[in-house]
Amino acid sequence: MRFLSTRRRHPLAGIIVVLFALTAMGGLYSLLGPRPASADAGQSDLVKQGQQLFLVGCATCHGLAAQGVLSNGSQSNYGPSLVGVGAAAVDFQVGTGRMPAAQVDTQIPRKRPTYTDAEIQALAAYVASLGPGPAIPDAKYTDISGLSAADVSRGGAFFRTNCTACHNSVGAGGALPDGRYAPAIRGDEGRYIYEAMLTGPQQMPVFSDDVITPQDKQAIIAYINSVQSQPSYGGSALGGIGPVSEGLAAWVFGIGALVLVTVWIAAHGARAERKE
Amino acid sequence: MSGLKRVDGTGDSEGPLPNPGLSEHLPRPTDVDPALERRAERQVAGMFGLATLLILGFCVAYFAIPGDTLGKYTVLGFDAMNFTLGMTLGVALLLIGFGAIQWAKKLMDDHEIVELRHSSASSPEDRKVALEELSAGATESGIGRRPLIRNSLIGALGVLGFPAVVLLADLGPLPGNAPSTTVWKKGMRVVNDVSGTPIKPSEIELGQLINAEPIVLVPTGDPKTDQQLGVLEGTEQLTAKAKAAVILVRMRPDEIHAPAGRENWDVDGILCYSKICTHVGCPISLYEQQTHHVLCPCHQSTFDLANGGEVLFGPAARPLPQLQLGVDGDGYLIAVDDFQVTVGPSYPQMD
Repeated sequence: MRFLSTRRRHPLAGIIVVLFALTAMGGLYSLLGPRPASADAGQSDLVKQGQQLFLVGCATCHGLAAQGVLSNGSQSNYGPSLVGVGAAAVDFQVGTGRMPAAQVDTQIPRKRPTYTDAEIQALAAYVASLGPGPAIPDAKYTDISGLSAADVSRGGAFFRTNCTACHNSVGAGGALPDGRYAPAIRGDEGRYIYEAMLTGPQQMPVFSDDVITPQDKQAIIAYINSVQSQPSYGGSALGGIGPVSEGLAAWVFGIGALVLVTVWIAAHGARAERKE
Repeated sequence: MSGLKRVDGTGDSEGPLPNPGLSEHLPRPTDVDPALERRAERQVAGMFGLATLLILGFCVAYFAIPGDTLGKYTVLGFDAMNFTLGMTLGVALLLIGFGAIQWAKKLMDDHEIVELRHSSASSPEDRKVALEELSAGATESGIGRRPLIRNSLIGALGVLGFPAVVLLADLGPLPGNAPSTTVWKKGMRVVNDVSGTPIKPSEIELGQLINAEPIVLVPTGDPKTDQQLGVLEGTEQLTAKAKAAVILVRMRPDEIHAPAGRENWDVDGILCYSKICTHVGCPISLYEQQTHHVLCPCHQSTFDLANGGEVLFGPAARPLPQLQLGVDGDGYLIAVDDFQVTVGPSYPQMD
C-alpha cells in the first residue's frame, strides 16, 4: 500500500485512476446492464445464421430488427412487423416463394422459392426468436396417409363451410375485390395448407388451432388431396372453375355446332344446268 | 298495305321497286341424274341403317359393360360405360337427324310454295247464323223476362268464387313474425359450424374468421345431449340454418367504428354478423382480414365489417345484420339477443 500512497501525486496517477474506473464500470455494465431484446446470450447458431440472412434479404422492407417499415405517412406498411408471426408464417411465405417479394403489389404471387430449405429453417428460427408465434406444424398433422374415408368426408364438410367461399369447391381458387384473388390450392404440400390456415397470409383470415383443431386441418388437407386426385370420367373438367369455363365451352362449341348445322339445313344446294 | 300487294311472284307491285317475284326454279343434280339420285338415296338409307346398328349397340353395351366399375375401364380417359352409351345413342340420334335433312334437301320435291294469308274471321253467313241462334236461346229461356231467376243465378255463380279463395288457407298458417326472427335468443351459445364446439374469446386470433351457428343447429352426435339442448332436426333445422348462420371475425378494437348504440356489441374486438347476404340471401364468407370487407360471390355486394356491416358496393340495400355478443359464466361466447333487424333478403313488407 506504501507503493500506492507514495506515488499518488505522480503525474500519471490521475490517468491510471480514471482508466481503472472506466474499466470497472464497463465490466460491471456488461455484467449487470440491460441486454438486447433478442436472446443474444444463448443464441444458437441457427438463429444467428437466420439473422444474417434476414439482414441481407429481408431487412429492406421489414426493418433491421424485423419491426416493420411504415410508409405513406405511417398509413400503411411497406413491410409489416414480423415480431410474433412465428416460424409457421416464415415457412409458408418463404417456402412458397411469396417472400422475398419482387415488388410491393396488390397481392404477392406464389413463385419458385429463393432460399434453400436449410436457409428457410434458419430464417424461421430467427423470426421465431423475436416473439411467441405459431410454430411449424407437427408432421403428424400434415401427413394424410393414415386417414380413413370418414376423415376425408369430415374434412370435406369443414372445407365446404370454411374454404370454398374463396377457394372454390375443388380448390381452383377465385377472384376477390380490387384485383386480389384467392390462389388455387392445387398440388400444395400439406404443410403449407396447414400453415396458411394457421397464420392467415395476406387477405386470408386465420383459422386458429383452437377452433379448427389440428385433426380438423389434417382432414381438410386430406379432402383437398382426395377431391383433386379424382379422375374426371366425364371428360375435361375445364379447370373446375364452374359456369365461366363451362358456359364458354357450351357457347363456342355447342352453339357453334348448331349454327353450322343450321347453315347447312338452309343452304341453297347445288343446281343442275336447266334441263328438266 | 298499299305497297307490295301480291307475293305470289306475278310481279304486280305498287312499291318503289318492282317485285322481283320468286327466282326461277332450277332442278338439283339429283333431279336430273338418276345415278346421283340413287347415290343420295343410299346415303340417307345408310345413315338410318347405321343409326339402327348404333341403337342396337347401345342395348348390347348396356348389359355387356358391368355397371359397378366406374373408372375401371376407360376409353380416351372417359369411363367406358359413359363413353359407349353416350356415343352410341348420341350419334344414332344425330344420324337420324342428318339423314332426314339429307333426304329433304336432295330427294324430296323442292318446288317453292307460296301460301297466302287470309283473315281468320268466320264467314258472314256463319256469324249471322250464330247470332240468330244465340238470340233465339235468350228468347226461349226467357232470361230477359224473368229477372228473379237471372239475378239469383248470378248470385250463385258469384258466390262460387269464395271456395276457391277459402281453400288458399290450406297453404299453411300465416307466417306471423317468423320472417323477421331467427332461432338466436338471449344466452344461446355460438358454436363452430361442422364441429359444434363452443368458442372462447381467447381461442380467436386477430384476423380470424369463424363460420358459426347457434348451438341448437349443430347435432352433437349424442341424442340425449341433443334433446337437452333442443337441437333441431330435418327440415326445421335447414329452415332455421338458412337464417341463423353467422360469421365471427376478430379485429383490433381501435379498428372498429361501431354505429351509435352498437359500441358494446363486440367482445374484445370479436364481431358477429349474419352470414346471409341482404340482397337475395346467398351465404357469404369471402372475408378479407386486412380490409375487413366481406364479399358476396353471387352479385358482388361488399360489406364493411369494421363499420357496422355497411354496404360498400353492389346491389344489397341494407347493411349486414349484426348480432350482439356476450360471454356466459363458463367463458363461452353467447348471443345477447336475437338479431335486431330482419336477416336475409329484403322484401316489400319487412320492418
